[in-house]
Amino acid sequence: MADNAHAAAAEHAAEGTGLVFHPMDQFKVQPLFGGGDVHWYSITNATLWLALTVLAVFAVMVLATRGRAVIPSRGQSVGELAYGFVYKMIEDVTGKDAIVYFPYIMTLFMFILMNNFLGLIPTSFANTAQIATTAILAFAVFFAVTIIGFVKHGSHFLGLFWVTSAPLAIRPVLAVIEVISYFVRPVSHSIRLAGNITAGHAVIKVFAAFAGLVALSPLAILGITAMYGLEMLVAFIQAYVFTILTCVYLKDALHPSH
Amino acid sequence: MATESHGADAVAAGHAAAESAGMPQLAVETFPNQIFWLVVALVATYLILSRVALPRIAAVLAERQGTITNDIAAAEELKLKAKEAEAAYEKALADARAEANRIVDETRAAIKGDLDAALEKADAEIAAKTAGSEKAIADIRAGAAEAAAEVAKETAKELVAALGGDADGRSVSAAVNARMKG
Repeated sequence: MADNAHAAAAEHAAEGTGLVFHPMDQFKVQPLFGGGDVHWYSITNATLWLALTVLAVFAVMVLATRGRAVIPSRGQSVGELAYGFVYKMIEDVTGKDAIVYFPYIMTLFMFILMNNFLGLIPTSFANTAQIATTAILAFAVFFAVTIIGFVKHGSHFLGLFWVTSAPLAIRPVLAVIEVISYFVRPVSHSIRLAGNITAGHAVIKVFAAFAGLVALSPLAILGITAMYGLEMLVAFIQAYVFTILTCVYLKDALHPSH
Repeated sequence: MATESHGADAVAAGHAAAESAGMPQLAVETFPNQIFWLVVALVATYLILSRVALPRIAAVLAERQGTITNDIAAAEELKLKAKEAEAAYEKALADARAEANRIVDETRAAIKGDLDAALEKADAEIAAKTAGSEKAIADIRAGAAEAAAEVAKETAKELVAALGGDADGRSVSAAVNARMKG
């Protein structure tokens, strides 16, 4: 809806002033070499920034900690901070018995965090703005949580939907609501992340298009600066939200009774 | 420039319009590519973290915790030692004070003994001297009375002789003695 409006406005503006709005072009997946169709194995801009994300995780978590110092260097402190942050989150939200899932949750957190921040580099590509990426992440969490729930508790896992603390009469109604909310989880989980990143990047791009007009450029640059600051916050918060929701879902799987 | 890029954009936009209406994220033909490389990236991230980074950081944190615990224990020990040393110092101080008091008392007693002895000796000397003096005074007094009696007898004999009487020595003496007693 908003995109259609943008597109219409862009075309309209382009005719008169030379002002060109293409806020969504940054989300196109394109082959880096050659061009042509995007096959599943093609090296695309998405591939490049995924690789850079992995490198960034490697730099922060491995290179920065190579000193193994008791009194940490700055880089090592950042790595330890990330470690402690996620470790404590799992302990507090999910419980001590969920520590075995720590590497998986840490993978999610570091991957999303680094990708969000790399996506803020001008002309880069934000994989976390792609619904295909976030949907895979969210469904991976959804299926993992569901399978862990059934493996650990068998049919008792279905007690998650049967709210025993409510009066018997309204339990079926609650069960229907609970089931619906359970299956909506991966959808909201993935769209929240992709939507936030997409919106922020698109808004910055719109401001950037206005920077071409001399009269508006100071305002546009101010707007970009402000949005960039906000997006730095969003980049962290969305990684945090994705991770903590994963912990909450995992808690349901490990302790299905309310 | 603007018209050129506009033209190029228009071509791209034509492609994009064919792919999806507005949202490049919904271009389904790119999904297999994205998903494949995402899975590769996730597996790589997982391996990096679980094989290298997390065990390393866990080891560092454990080592730091151990170091801190050891340091705290050492500090406790040193504190205990300091307390012991302080107690020993206090004890030594108290002992020294008691010793000093004892020496003071002893010295005082010794001095008092000496003083008493000296006083006693002085008293005895004074008493002896007093007694000697009294005796001397008594002797002098007795000597004086005798001399007076002698003089009185001589004088009385001479007087009696001068008056023409026959002075009987014995009776004069008796009379003088009687007078002197009276």
